[in-house]
Amino acid sequence: MSTRTVAIASSTGLHARPAALFVKAAADQDVPVRIRVGDGPAVPAASMLAVLSLGAGHGTEVTLEADGPGADAALDSLAALLARDLDAEEAADA
Amino acid sequence: MPDLDAPPRVLHGIGVGPGLAAGPVARMASPPALPDPRPVTDPDGELADAVRALEATEADLRARADAATGEARDILSAQAMIAADPTLREGVAERVRSGDDAPHALRTTFDRHREILAALGGYLGERAADLDDIAHRAIAAALGRPMPGLPAPGHPFVLIADDLAPADTVGLDPETVLALVTERGGPTSHTAILARALGLPAVVGCAGILDVPDGTLVTVDGTSGRVGAGVGEEEAAAVRARAADERSRLAAGRGPGRTADGHSVDLMVNIGSAADLRGVDLDGVTGVGLFRTEFLFLDRKDAPGLDEQVAAYAEVFSLFPEGTVVVRTLDAGADKPLPFLGLPEEPNPALGVRGLRVARDRPHILETQLEAIARAAERATADVWVMAPMVSTPVEAEDFVARARAYGLHTAGVMVEVPAAALRAERLLEVADFLSIGTNDLSQYTLAADRQSGALADLLDPWQPALLQLIGACAAAGGRGGRPVGVCGEAAADPALAPVLVGLGVTKLSMSPRSVPAVRARLAAHERAECEELARLALDAADAAAARAAVLSAGP
Repeated sequence: MSTRTVAIASSTGLHARPAALFVKAAADQDVPVRIRVGDGPAVPAASMLAVLSLGAGHGTEVTLEADGPGADAALDSLAALLARDLDAEEAADA
Repeated sequence: MPDLDAPPRVLHGIGVGPGLAAGPVARMASPPALPDPRPVTDPDGELADAVRALEATEADLRARADAATGEARDILSAQAMIAADPTLREGVAERVRSGDDAPHALRTTFDRHREILAALGGYLGERAADLDDIAHRAIAAALGRPMPGLPAPGHPFVLIADDLAPADTVGLDPETVLALVTERGGPTSHTAILARALGLPAVVGCAGILDVPDGTLVTVDGTSGRVGAGVGEEEAAAVRARAADERSRLAAGRGPGRTADGHSVDLMVNIGSAADLRGVDLDGVTGVGLFRTEFLFLDRKDAPGLDEQVAAYAEVFSLFPEGTVVVRTLDAGADKPLPFLGLPEEPNPALGVRGLRVARDRPHILETQLEAIARAAERATADVWVMAPMVSTPVEAEDFVARARAYGLHTAGVMVEVPAAALRAERLLEVADFLSIGTNDLSQYTLAADRQSGALADLLDPWQPALLQLIGACAAAGGRGGRPVGVCGEAAADPALAPVLVGLGVTKLSMSPRSVPAVRARLAAHERAECEELARLALDAADAAAARAAVLSAGP
C-alpha cells in the first residue's frame, strides 16, 4: 500500500471550501483513496462527511492511503492539493 | 372597490425593516413531520426510494448552487456533496437492511453524522445544523412532499415563514422577495438583521401570518409592523406607489446626518469586514461606528497572528481615509465559543465569561489585538478608535483604556451593554473617551429576556421605555462631559426611533449601510426640539408598542 503524510496548509483547516475541493479531487481519482489522522481509522477521502469528521485543522498531519495501479500518482496529486493554502486561493479569487 | 381603510384582516407584528411593500404571499415550506415507522416488505425497493430521495436532494441543492454566487454558492455546493456522500448511502443501506423504512433510515443516518460533527464543536458543530437542513430535504423527497426552503412561485412575493434561519435565506433574491413577515422572531432575530442587510421591509413576531393562504395579496408596513392581509388590487397598487415615492425620496437624500434645524448627528456604518462595504453608497457617512472583528477569529483552531490582523484592519482603515473607524475588540466567549479560547461551557453563557471578561484570564488575545490595531492605525490616515465589549464597571473600563493607551491608541471607549454600565455612565466617562450603546445586549439584560427567544420579542423591542431611559442616562452623562455617546445596535437602524435617540442626546448612530438613507431622511424631517419632545413621549409610554404608537402618531 502506498501512503503520503502531509500537513494541512489551509488556514481554516480541512473544512468548508478546502474540504469540498479535496473530496471532489479524491472522487475524481481512478483508485479509492483513504485518509486518516495519526493512527486513527482511515476513512474514504471521497466522503465529505467522513473527511469533515476527521476535524483536521491547520497544520494537522494527515496520511493518505491507496492501493493498486495509479495509486502513487493519485496520492501525489492529492498530497500536493493539501499542501496548498486553499483559503488564500479563495481570497485571491474574490 | 374595497374600502382602503378597512382591509379584510389586519395583523400586527414588530416592524424591523422599514419600508412599504405589497404583493402575494408565498411561504417557506416547513420540514415534513416524520410519519410513524412502517414495516418494510421490500428492502431493495425501500433502499431505491431512499437513494432516489438523496439524488433528488443533491440535484435540488446543485441547482440552487448553480443559481447562487459567492459564498452562498460554496455553501450549497458543499451541501450537495454531502447529499451525494457515499458514507451516507452506506449508512442508509445498513439501516434499511435492519428494517427501517426509507424516511426513518435517512433520519437515523443523518442524526448519527450530526452527532459526530456536533461533538467536534466549533465550526463543525455549527455545520451540524446544515445536516439537518439536508435531512429535511431528503425526507421530504422520500415522502413525496415539496422540498422545504425558499418558495419559487415564479413572480415577486412577500415571503412568510415561522422564523428564518441563516441557512433558509442563503440564495434569497432581493429582486423577487418584496418583504419578509415571520410568525415568530424578535427585533434581534436573524430575519431582522437580514432584512436590514438587504434593505427589505420586514415584520417579525406577526401572529397569524401563517394562517394566510399562499397567493393572498398583503400590504406590509415595516415601520409600524402592520400587515394588511387579503387586500384588493387597488390598495396594493396604492401601497406600491407610495413605496416607489418613498424610495425615490430616500435616494434623493444626500449629505451628512442632521436635524431639520441643522443639529448634526454622525451617521456611521456597522461592518464585519471590508467586504461589507463593497457597492455601498457612503455619501454623508462619517465612518465605521462598529467594526466587528470576530470574522478574523471564527472557523479556526488558533488565534490569528499579529501580521494577519494588522493587514485585515489596515484594509478597513484605508476605506475611510478621512473618517473615523471604531474597532470593537473580540466579542466572543461563553456565548460565542472559539476553540482557541479554551473556555469551559457555562450554564448561562450570556451571563458568563464573554467580551472583555475573556481578558481576565487570557489577556494575551486582547493585547495582541490592540497591538495589531495600533500598528494598522499608524499606517492609516483614518481616525482609529477602539472599544471593549461587555464592560460592567468603571474599573474594567479604566483597565481597558490603559491597555489601549499603552499601545498608542489615543481614543479608547467602552460599549454599554450591561445595565450596570449605563447606570454608572458618568463614572465610565471619567476614564473612557466615549460610549457606544449596544442595544441588542442592553435590551436582553435590562428586560431579562434572552436575545434568542422569539416568545419574548416584545420585551426585546428597542422601543422599551426602560431601555430608552438607560440610553438617555448615558447620553446625558456624555452631554455633561462633552463626550460622544453613540448607539450601534439594531435600534440605530430604525428610522422612526432615530429622532427619539437624538432627542435623548445620542450623538452618533451606527447601522447597517443600507439603513442610512431612511435614517437620514427621518432625522432631516425633525427639528431638535421636536426630537426631544418625541423622546419624552416615548419615555412616558407604558411599553414598547405604546412608545412606538405615540411617536408615530406625533411624527410627520
